[in-house]
Amino acid sequence: METTAEGFEAAFDAAVAADERIEPRDWMPEAYRASLVRQIAQHAHSEIIGMQPEANWISRAPSLRRKAILMAKVQDEAGHGLYLYSAAETLGTGREELLDKLHTGRQKYSSIFNYPTLTWADVGAIGWLVDGAAITNQVPLCRCSYGPYARAMVRICKEESFHQRQGYELLLALSNGTPAQHEMAQDAVNRWWWPSLMMFGPPDDESAHSAQSMAWKIKRHSNDELRQRFVDICVPQAEALGLALPDPDLRWNEERGRHDFGAIDWAEFREVLKGNGPCNEQRITQRRRAHEEGAWVRDAAAAYATKRRAGSVPAEDGVRMMEATA
Amino acid sequence: MNDAPVTAPPRAAALALGDDALVLSHRLGEWAGHAPVLEEEVALANIALDLLGQARILLSLVGDEDELAYLREERAFRNLQLVEQPNGDFAQTIARQLYFSTYQLFLYRQLAAGDSAFTGLAAKAVKEVAYHQDHAAHWTLRLGDGTAESHERMARACGALWRYTGEMFEPVEGLEVDWRALEDSWRESVAGVLERATLTLPDGPRSGAWRAGAGRQGLHTEPFGPMLAEMQHLHRSHPGASW
Repeated sequence: METTAEGFEAAFDAAVAADERIEPRDWMPEAYRASLVRQIAQHAHSEIIGMQPEANWISRAPSLRRKAILMAKVQDEAGHGLYLYSAAETLGTGREELLDKLHTGRQKYSSIFNYPTLTWADVGAIGWLVDGAAITNQVPLCRCSYGPYARAMVRICKEESFHQRQGYELLLALSNGTPAQHEMAQDAVNRWWWPSLMMFGPPDDESAHSAQSMAWKIKRHSNDELRQRFVDICVPQAEALGLALPDPDLRWNEERGRHDFGAIDWAEFREVLKGNGPCNEQRITQRRRAHEEGAWVRDAAAAYATKRRAGSVPAEDGVRMMEATA
Repeated sequence: MNDAPVTAPPRAAALALGDDALVLSHRLGEWAGHAPVLEEEVALANIALDLLGQARILLSLVGDEDELAYLREERAFRNLQLVEQPNGDFAQTIARQLYFSTYQLFLYRQLAAGDSAFTGLAAKAVKEVAYHQDHAAHWTLRLGDGTAESHERMARACGALWRYTGEMFEPVEGLEVDWRALEDSWRESVAGVLERATLTLPDGPRSGAWRAGAGRQGLHTEPFGPMLAEMQHLHRSHPGASW
């Protein structure tokens, strides 16, 4: 292969066509790099903003077992954020820059987290539906053409699958519990079902980034295809839970071999995306506040690390220092 | 081989150790989504989970863990006042971690070396607690010897929590511990960390002037009531329900 721009591009195209992985040091088109950074950053931001609605229930978890599971889950989300910011870093964009874009509204996170968690059952509904939708979206990303992202997704999907199961199991306990618990579970499913379907993004004919991402094998299936797959998975699970999905048009279509379902309110989707959801302001304000209130801590860690490097502070004996922000 | 029958764990001791872990775990859980850096979201949750695990084992030794956690009134909790103190800023949380994890480390080392109902638990927990102490010590160094602001905040936090350190060394019924040695080890360790962090061991009183008792006797501070109200409200709203 020639070492000209055309040669590099041909090699890239050939690697993608052959389902080979693109690695950080490989040549890649700038638009491919930009598209990946945008997608990975949005995913990372979704993980850390997504901690908020669930963390809202840690202090009120109704049993110690549930409390431990929920804390571990929220901790996993922070861990996912870490892997993903690292994956973005392999493309030359650091965490600080991405956080700044999140805090100033120049990058987005999944709109689903702009909905509130009003009862304990919402923790279950998020696990079952929101994490379930995320898995449906993310499993194909394990085969994404960009190596570091694909590998991060393998690990993330394993943990997400645990999250989905705990949500399902939480709802099952409520559904089979007292009438008040059952009602709490049904109410949560009523509120989370439609926003979960919106997580797959706009319909295929309106999706801005889809076609190019599919060609680059960043994305493997269309929004509508994944949404249909998710509905088909959820229907029997809802039956097993003894909970109804809030869609009068939902029914099996023998001919298609899939479920038909009702029209999604895309006006609501666009409004929430624009910033007018129930919690947009609250989520970003809390994120910004945590970052601003933590500035002195990160400054201290950086100053201490600088002193250590300069030798004015004795080196630690065999202890790994976490130079978080140095 | 020691074939002696394992004696029933002393209730007061299990509650004291279990409530310490339960309450501090709860406080650390309040950091979720608010930590100064993503790595600390992971670290604080990790410590909280370790403590919650310890609490569940300890409480289960003497009853149903959920009944004990969710259905006792404030005056029936036996935790130290130190662990119920609000998170405050990150310095206050780290000072609380330093004081408590150092205490727990030396206490569990003694228990692990002994032969009681707590030996097995302590042997496992001591490994977790060694990490907690390491985490707290390293942040104490960074904050104490970081910037002027962090130094000031860390000094203030260490001073503010000092008055809750005295009750850690009040003997707990049913725990075979050399309390004097525990106190000496604790003091030496904490003083060493503070010195390396360019801070000094506070010299104020180590307990409140009001001598009515402390956490081990079920006497708590004002922030504890609201904490328990939040923790217990959902469980108590559905009597008898399973979750």
